[in-house]
Amino acid sequence: MKRWLPLALFALLAGFLAKGLFLNPGEVPSPLIDRTAPAFSLPLVGEPGRSFGPETMRGQAWLLNVWAPWCVSCRQEHPTLMQLARENRVPIVGLNWKDDAREAAALLARTGSPYVAVPDDRDGRVGIDYGVTGTPETYLIDRDGIIRLKHIGPITPAVWRDRFEPELKALGL
Amino acid sequence: MKRLFLALCLAMAAATAAAMDPDADDPAVEARLVELAKDLRCLVCQNESLAGSQAALARDLRREIRVQIRAGKSDREVIDYLTARYGDFVLYRPPFRPLTWLLWLGPLAFLGIAAAVWYRLAARRPPEPMPSPDRLADAERLLEDRHP
Repeated sequence: MKRWLPLALFALLAGFLAKGLFLNPGEVPSPLIDRTAPAFSLPLVGEPGRSFGPETMRGQAWLLNVWAPWCVSCRQEHPTLMQLARENRVPIVGLNWKDDAREAAALLARTGSPYVAVPDDRDGRVGIDYGVTGTPETYLIDRDGIIRLKHIGPITPAVWRDRFEPELKALGL
Repeated sequence: MKRLFLALCLAMAAATAAAMDPDADDPAVEARLVELAKDLRCLVCQNESLAGSQAALARDLRREIRVQIRAGKSDREVIDYLTARYGDFVLYRPPFRPLTWLLWLGPLAFLGIAAAVWYRLAARRPPEPMPSPDRLADAERLLEDRHP
């Protein structure tokens, strides 16, 4: 027993370190889960004179996808979002975070848009209210306007299946 | 030359990233901002403070903190503003609450365990036995031989 104690302690330490090695420090837990999605009113990309606020989505669950035209990971998740849009799974709003509205419009015209609306957060203030640390980040907001889930990083089919689908099921969708 | 070197050193010491923001125009606001922001984490480069980071998000957050300071908000209110959005993770000194008990008390617990182990090892070691009368006599004789 006594002989094995150092080995056991070493194994425990190694276990903790190995776990730490595979944790993603970018996955900061959001304090906004189960809170009301912060209100905002932003101009819409490509629709001059019109604006968007989360209250217009009341009564349906929706995704708030924070993206930017320069963002490479956003291009990576673009096909997955397009697929979701084609299936009409859930409406997606694409918050253009701290980047040029014309660039955003041009890119969406070229690649196709999975979004029902693209509010333009030029100075990043709305992003701060949502605790955005970078792009892409995606929030699942329920029909009462409560944030149910936040995902940091691109949505892959696996992420969608393992994180978003169970939450949508819990919402009865 | 020496004076240039000194000036350079001073400039580098004073140059937090915050000092280079375009809206850094009020020294009093800046002093409070730096005091606050050095204990806040930049969310993009997590081992940099909000005062020292050049990340775009850090610049935006400094801008928001300046707005709040100018609006006469207390340090507490500014910290609450940030933790409401980004969680306790922005604080380099997380608050003492059930979730962080292990973090704060863990080192003390390990010290306690180490003390207990040391105490048990020390208590278990048998005391040095007294040499037998024969061996004492031997030693006595040897000493006598050396120093007649």
